[in-house]
Amino acid sequence: MENRNGCKLVDLPESTRRKDRFSFTLLVVIIVLIPVLVESKYYLIVLNIIGLNTIVVVGLNLLIGFAGQISLGHAAFFGLGSYFSGILTANYGFPHWPAMVVAMLATGAIAYLIGYPALKLRGHYLVMATLGFGIIINILMGELEQFTGGHDGLIGIPPLSVGGLTFDNDLKNFYLIWAFVFFCMLVARNLLDSRVGRALRAIHGSEVAANSLGVNTSSYKVKVFVLSAMFASVSGSLYAHYITFISPSTYDFYYSIQVVTMVIVGGMGSLWGSLFGAAILSFISEALHVAKQYHIIAYGVFLSLILIFLPEGVLVGIQHFYQSKKLQRLIAVKTPFLLWFNRF
Amino acid sequence: MSNSDSILELVNVSINFGGLQAINRLSFQVESGQIFALIGPNGAGKTTAINMITGIYPPAEGEIYFEGQVLSGKKPYQVTRMGIARTFQNIQVFQNMTVRENVMVGLHTRSRSEFVRCLLHTPMVRKEERMIRRRCNEILEFMGLASKAGLLAAGLPYGDQKKVEIARTLATEPRLLLLDEPAAGLNLQETHEMSHTILMIRETGVTVLLVAHNMDLVMGISDTITVLNYGEKIADGSPAEIQNSDKVVAAYLGREPW
Repeated sequence: MENRNGCKLVDLPESTRRKDRFSFTLLVVIIVLIPVLVESKYYLIVLNIIGLNTIVVVGLNLLIGFAGQISLGHAAFFGLGSYFSGILTANYGFPHWPAMVVAMLATGAIAYLIGYPALKLRGHYLVMATLGFGIIINILMGELEQFTGGHDGLIGIPPLSVGGLTFDNDLKNFYLIWAFVFFCMLVARNLLDSRVGRALRAIHGSEVAANSLGVNTSSYKVKVFVLSAMFASVSGSLYAHYITFISPSTYDFYYSIQVVTMVIVGGMGSLWGSLFGAAILSFISEALHVAKQYHIIAYGVFLSLILIFLPEGVLVGIQHFYQSKKLQRLIAVKTPFLLWFNRF
Repeated sequence: MSNSDSILELVNVSINFGGLQAINRLSFQVESGQIFALIGPNGAGKTTAINMITGIYPPAEGEIYFEGQVLSGKKPYQVTRMGIARTFQNIQVFQNMTVRENVMVGLHTRSRSEFVRCLLHTPMVRKEERMIRRRCNEILEFMGLASKAGLLAAGLPYGDQKKVEIARTLATEPRLLLLDEPAAGLNLQETHEMSHTILMIRETGVTVLLVAHNMDLVMGISDTITVLNYGEKIADGSPAEIQNSDKVVAAYLGREPW
């Protein structure tokens, strides 16, 4: 490092990179170990759903947490991934991996068509555009019966396979889905720790300043929106091939709200928070099935509490608590006592 | 059209917001290597002039030339890519990022990797990232911010935030730097440091256009001064000439009734 005065330069980005390497290794270890520890098929299904949600949430967090734009239509992009994959493979006998790529590209193209005009305008026009779009797509899933199977759903979607290995049970799909989660998080981390990632965060910080530093802000906002839609599409394709049956009710407005909630609970702009938010809320949704129709109320109360007490998200909130002076003082006072206590 | 020595030239530029004529047929030339100051009372149109040069507002009439090329109609990010950088009167530091990251954003125009490359972290991205780190450290060193590189910009004192803004603009490697009120809100000591910094920047070959209120700063370091009042040029010349101009005194203090 160029340093003539001999003062030490704090190299923040490098240290986070090392920390990330540790976190990613830990993630792999956990992924490999979980099926050994979890024997119940039910929990394996929940974990798979968490994985699928994580992919959507990581993509959405790129948009919300880093570029500062909100989408209320991610259920539609998730659904487009499912339906493109499902229709191409079940109705037209398309090979599944290429179908998934086609689904991703087509969803990206559709996102571009919505994002381009909506993001040209200042203000939260993207929210309105995606809200309307999500509802329209959801209706089309039910109405375009000759392609989608209508409200009864689309059946007979083949499972994915690689070589001779077919992903036809929950355990195999667990490894497949979580391999995708790992890859998506890695790719998102790469983006954030790069020129483009910094430009996106700069847009969130001050759009006019980012623009004056040579960042084409409107183009970047559209691109990150498209990327975010593609993440959702990949997750949707995986879902379709895993469950092998899809119907419009999965992709309603409620799901769009759910993924936005996961981003907020996990922490806007926190990559690991996305995983955390998806995990917590997927579990809570499952647990709240007992409460039947009241589960939405409980869900709402939970979201309100998070927004009031931990506005930066649960994971980031906990981190801040650990770094807070109050806690450090507490430890400083208690540690000598504990050391003394341990002698007996 | 444009003089070979002049880096920036405004020719009869006008803009109005509704009924308000913010700038009226303004013309001036900034010579290469100068420190050029644009001064005037509140509401004279100084910041508006900067906003027009950088493409935030397109001028309603007239032309702006930078190194002989037409600027009018270019978007802010395109203007920056041509070699003009600016700071803001109300600080626009990226509060959510560290000092180092703020400067790294400034190097955006000096690198090319786009979305797909960055997602895959290709060797080209790594190479550029090393270049960005190295340049960033040089600039932090130059601005005396090296020891604060890892701190969040939001937590810095006002004077340091101004320095971060300037560091960030230097990273774009401008040939013309527009500073909007660099001394506003600074104390005497900090203003002195700012003068020094501006002179140092000029030493590196960058032409500086300064918009300011603070007469100590302007009179001390400018080569040429242009005075605006109600969107029109009322005087220009060297600091000594401006100080002795009756028109300027009248604009600032009001005309004596007798």
